[in-house]
Amino acid sequence: MKEIILQTKSITKHFYEPVEFKVLDDISFDVYKGEFLTVIGKSGCGKSTLLYILSTMDTEFEGELFIDNQNVSRWKQDKLATIRNEKIGFVFQFHYLLAEFSCLKNVMIPALRLGKLPYDVIEEKAYQKLELLGLKDQALKPSSKLSGGQQQRVAIARALINDPLIIMGDEPTGNLDSVNTQNIFSIFKELTQEFGQTIIAVTHDNDFAKASDRTIEMQDGKIINQDYKFN
Amino acid sequence: MAFKKHPINTEVAYTYIVSNKRLTMVAALGVTLGIAVFIFMNSMLAGFDKSSSEAFFKSIPHIRIYKDDEISKPFANQTGNNIPVIINPKVVPANNTIINPKQVIQLLKNQPDVAFVTPQLTVGIFYNNAKTQISGRAIGILPEEANQMFNMESYVVEGSVNNLKNNINGILLGAGVASKMNVKEGDNISITSSIGMTKVMKVIGVFQTNNSVVDKTTAYINIAFAQQLLKKNASYITDINVNIKDYTKAKAYAVNLAQLTNYKAEDWETANETYMAATKMRAIIIRFVSISILLVAGFGIYNILNMTVMQKINDIAILKAIGFNGFDVVSIFVSQALIIGLIGIVFGVLFASIMVASLQSYYVGGDIGYFPIYFKLSNFIKGVAFGFGVTFLAGFIPARKAANVDPVSIFRK
Repeated sequence: MKEIILQTKSITKHFYEPVEFKVLDDISFDVYKGEFLTVIGKSGCGKSTLLYILSTMDTEFEGELFIDNQNVSRWKQDKLATIRNEKIGFVFQFHYLLAEFSCLKNVMIPALRLGKLPYDVIEEKAYQKLELLGLKDQALKPSSKLSGGQQQRVAIARALINDPLIIMGDEPTGNLDSVNTQNIFSIFKELTQEFGQTIIAVTHDNDFAKASDRTIEMQDGKIINQDYKFN
Repeated sequence: MAFKKHPINTEVAYTYIVSNKRLTMVAALGVTLGIAVFIFMNSMLAGFDKSSSEAFFKSIPHIRIYKDDEISKPFANQTGNNIPVIINPKVVPANNTIINPKQVIQLLKNQPDVAFVTPQLTVGIFYNNAKTQISGRAIGILPEEANQMFNMESYVVEGSVNNLKNNINGILLGAGVASKMNVKEGDNISITSSIGMTKVMKVIGVFQTNNSVVDKTTAYINIAFAQQLLKKNASYITDINVNIKDYTKAKAYAVNLAQLTNYKAEDWETANETYMAATKMRAIIIRFVSISILLVAGFGIYNILNMTVMQKINDIAILKAIGFNGFDVVSIFVSQALIIGLIGIVFGVLFASIMVASLQSYYVGGDIGYFPIYFKLSNFIKGVAFGFGVTFLAGFIPARKAANVDPVSIFRK
């Protein structure tokens, strides 16, 4: 019996600038606990926009969004911030680290905000995550001094720090070489299989998608295949 | 929870301040200048206002009580329409002394809002210099009391008011009179009163008010001597000068005193209407200048702090994306603004104090003396409160705005 962790019901979204444009059209699908899901589609098909809605960072849409059996569609900003803090880890397409802080601090900040563990435990945990991503030696450097690929891996470490139910990635391996991509992939695989965490990743990388549990294909704001089979 | 939650909001604010030292310094400098100018200008305006009223009350009491001349009343009024009554009203030749002045003075002193009371007797005199006579007036005073009331010592340029107390026939001459009579402190001078009494007086000092009419005609003498010049007894007093605690209330208070004493009580505003108009205009100018400074300084501080928040708008979106709520975002940027504000305010107050102190020791000369600017606590309190108010708003308003939107809408811009 598969447990649903995230569910969408008829999500539709319009852009009004510069002209009205339906970017998402009646999106309905379920994501199961412990599933490694990828979303593919041509650029401009609305997959990043969809991911922002799933991550609760975009609240301007029609339809219903359920996360962990709660309908969060009409929640207030502050309540959504709490759910993002506790249950969702997000990896942006372009790293988005806080430039004034060290890598270690960047990783620690979501956990410090959550405040469920003492400072030294969080610090230890952040070191572990950075080590996992092969960045332990960069931990104390200012995040702005790192290369793009390194920054992206710090952002992944940050997404993992609170052991979220769902990890979402917008091209999480977009800036990475094949060795690191492979590394991330195996980390994600392990998280889903051993810790029951769920991964939703938007990607262009067919090899990456092919190795995931399930792939959704989108086109022009619609899901055209709930379980895309590579051949 | 068995441990203390790490104050992450404060840490983020602190990191922003420390890692952008240049911006922090520029913003703090903006606050410093705004606060310093605000405090300094207000101190200057307060000083200007105070010195003007002080100069004014050097020769004029808040309320003057005297017996007004009476016009004689006809014995018969025009009654009926047949018999014409010829009347010719005149000033009653009764003397204009205040009856039992000691009692009246005591009565006035017992009033709650009265600060100071002293009698005065003015005598019309001629200063004699060989064949020429210069007309003028001698004001009989109780030297100690009058000095307290008008701060006379501040415009005595030769000798001292206190010498008057020790010399019954002493005279404190206006500078213009002294130069015309060619006398200085220690010389003798002959005067003749309006009723023909001639006396030789000893010049015990010279004063200069820079009001040339006063300086060229007026002299101060002991009130007892003034009574002698008029051949009157020791209870002959024409004026009682009254100072009250708040000179702005003189007009209303004069009515009370007139009823109380049954004499005419004239407040300084009624006696000097032209001056009053000028004072009102000055008050309006001061208020408008003060408001303008507030606006300009406030806008400057707001802008520069607003900039520090707007520069971090992308960070706000990131913080929100990783789970910081609206309150967290607002508290980060408000604390950042307030810390910058605090730095700026400390230096602003310091800077303003230095400016006030240095201007205070600048000697202008004339009867102004040192530049009239004062350390007025209320100005500093106002400046600090205003600084914190503006910095709070400059942090709060943009952060509040950014805290309430979807993180994505910031990234998309």
